[in-house]
Amino acid sequence: MRAFRSSAVTVVAAAAALAVVSGCAEKSDAGDDDVIRVTASDDKCEVSKTSFPAGDVKIKVHNKGSKVTEVYVYAADDRIVTERENIGPDFKTEITATIKKPGSYEIACKPGMKGDGIRQKITVTGGDGKEKKTDPALDKAVAEYRKYAQEQADATIPLAQKFADAVKAGDLDAAKKAYAPSRLGWERTEPVAESFGDIDPKVDVREDGLEKGQKWTGWHKLEKSLWDGKKITDEDKALADQLMKDLVDWQKRVGKADITATSMANGAKELLDEVATGKVTGEEERYSHTDLDDFQANVEGAEKSYELLKPVAAKNDAALVKELDKQFGDLKKLLGDYRDGDSFKAYDSVGKDDRKKLSDAVNALAEPLSKLAGAVAK
Amino acid sequence: MTDAIDTKAEDRPEEPAGDGTDEKRTGRKPSRRTLLGWGGAGLAFGAAAAGGTAAALRLDDDAAPAAAEGEAVPFYGPHQAGIATPVQDRLHFAAFDVRTDDREQLIKLLKEWTAAAARMTAGHEVGEGAISENDELPPDDTGEALGLKPSRLTLTFGVGPTLFEKDGKDRFGLKGRRPKALIDLPTFPGDNLDAARSGGDLCVQACADDPQVAVHAIRNLARIGMGRVAIRWSQLGFGKTSSTTPDAMTPRNMMGFKDGTRNIAGTETDRLDKFVWVGEKDGDGWMAGGSYLVARRIRMHIETWDRTSLKEQEDVFGRDKAEGAPLGKRKEREEPNLRVMKPDAHVRLAHPDSNAGATILRRGYSFTDGTDGLGRLDAGLFFIAYQRDVRDGFVPIQTRLSRSDALNEYIQHVGSAVFAVPPGVRDKDDWWGRALFG
Repeated sequence: MRAFRSSAVTVVAAAAALAVVSGCAEKSDAGDDDVIRVTASDDKCEVSKTSFPAGDVKIKVHNKGSKVTEVYVYAADDRIVTERENIGPDFKTEITATIKKPGSYEIACKPGMKGDGIRQKITVTGGDGKEKKTDPALDKAVAEYRKYAQEQADATIPLAQKFADAVKAGDLDAAKKAYAPSRLGWERTEPVAESFGDIDPKVDVREDGLEKGQKWTGWHKLEKSLWDGKKITDEDKALADQLMKDLVDWQKRVGKADITATSMANGAKELLDEVATGKVTGEEERYSHTDLDDFQANVEGAEKSYELLKPVAAKNDAALVKELDKQFGDLKKLLGDYRDGDSFKAYDSVGKDDRKKLSDAVNALAEPLSKLAGAVAK
Repeated sequence: MTDAIDTKAEDRPEEPAGDGTDEKRTGRKPSRRTLLGWGGAGLAFGAAAAGGTAAALRLDDDAAPAAAEGEAVPFYGPHQAGIATPVQDRLHFAAFDVRTDDREQLIKLLKEWTAAAARMTAGHEVGEGAISENDELPPDDTGEALGLKPSRLTLTFGVGPTLFEKDGKDRFGLKGRRPKALIDLPTFPGDNLDAARSGGDLCVQACADDPQVAVHAIRNLARIGMGRVAIRWSQLGFGKTSSTTPDAMTPRNMMGFKDGTRNIAGTETDRLDKFVWVGEKDGDGWMAGGSYLVARRIRMHIETWDRTSLKEQEDVFGRDKAEGAPLGKRKEREEPNLRVMKPDAHVRLAHPDSNAGATILRRGYSFTDGTDGLGRLDAGLFFIAYQRDVRDGFVPIQTRLSRSDALNEYIQHVGSAVFAVPPGVRDKDDWWGRALFG
């Protein structure tokens, strides 16, 4: 089971808003009383009301500033509920979204389309008046993790571009060199990336994972060409462009992933499962043998989730935290033995006994890590 | 087959540590008046015999009680179950490496293992069961034994030489506690041992009539131990290699011969005390009531054996194939006349009379781990022997066999391990290896 799901919130684009208004949303019909007016300027983000009931919400935006702006609605854990980009000076637009869960949200205007924006707190009230309280410590952990996932995606783009450029230039050596680094951000946050069911099969599928009729694209196809075929074809060059397109799509969607404290904990375990089933066996990078680079990235990503959840987990299960600290330390130390400069030894040079040691250390960490979700959900 | 077993006693076995609410599987306390038989297990290595008494015997107070088919074997007692216990149909044997250097962590694991073993042998789930209350958590028990009977599961625990000292290092302050009888086995001629199938700091022998129950037990112990221990190797075995009633047929090994005709019976308390259980005065006090286990993975060259004439097959063993009678005799259980056998016949060389009386209790299983990549069966005998002192048991017998046995043309020893098997767990406060660490 995947730890992360795509957002359950239905975001309806303005063009389709009419259908919603005239259709299923009659009860909360967005007559002007229900509309939230956002007046954006270069230094302000004014909101006409800060409390409204859950359900379909219509936001009318007017950009009175001189810069092109964006408007976002964020949940308490910084998940993007809805967004609109490219609102030019003196432009008006409407955003319609369904916000199901009562709770605290924020509306942000981003003049110049960058940064965290100018934010206003809003409250969405429940139909029964009851607000489901979330743990602020966990909301903070989720928000921090989302930030991390976004940073990883952002940092991946230039590294992937370097790889893609080398492929397109037909430079075999440069492409080989750029291959492993281009994957690290993805590997660190893979459960988030996988939650967008359509991206993972395009960028990270292995040949044996293809479904009938599915075209093989992405990193591993290029890996095979570089190391096994030892030449770059015109098709590969086109695939490099396709990879970039798909990765930019991923980068844009990270903010919308539905992340919870539980899914973070389970995602950490899943990263270790990835190591246990794909990397320890050498299946993931069967041509480039850069499995240990992925291995390290998976462990780093799992540790990030763990570190963010640790304050809460420590309160509920101190012994578990102690054990996880130890096992993360042991595994990282063991991995360190295989370092080779900035990177790692080729995995085909790692013998059977060493692979068993790595496998045992992964199991030693993954078993207690499987209890982390229980410790934060208590 | 169960006709001879008194199943009237309805008492449940003593409830092991845990919630005690699981009523899904119940066990029965067997009557001590139970009549049972014992057939030995394993290849005829060391065809041990006293005077033809291995048929029907009355069980007395010190002997291992028998459990009816499917029921529970008592976990607590002066000796560990799974040695003198009538041999079950299936085996999962696992050897473990200890990963921690922390003596307290190791002790904690052994206590957890003991509690889990007590529950599983009684047919209960481990920990909080296979269906956890908090569904965000993986269940404590892996679940594949739900609804299955206890299946006479026994879990037998041992410690290997490397637990006491490895690469010159006294790992847990146990160096001085290593029993003299726990030797490193010598290399025998013809050995082709694979390090990845040999040795181990700890072992657990799981025997049960249902293979799923045996596998479940090892799987759950391995899971409990993750981080502190890791499985080094494990072996599945099949072939009901001994009978629980006197009338039952002696089982056959993968070579088609009856095996274990003259083993030590679980009911022969005098011979068990003489050849199997470590005595109070043997010099290593913490081992009193325990035993020493030798495990050997013996690959059989099945295909070449199968094209060997019947006459040669019978000459190699020293018994006839149909009845299992010693050469020159008509019945399986007749006393063998060693001198009419070929000098290199297996039964002759393994007999106590050829080895200054050396006698071992065999409890092996057949194995077939698929094929070997050359289209040959990867099959043979997973030999397990228990003895009071390895130096007086397996070593002299195997020294002789490895030099001269006609069977050597058809077999190869590819895995080897030796373990000290501590005495039994007495009660709920006791644990595997307490006497060693105490």
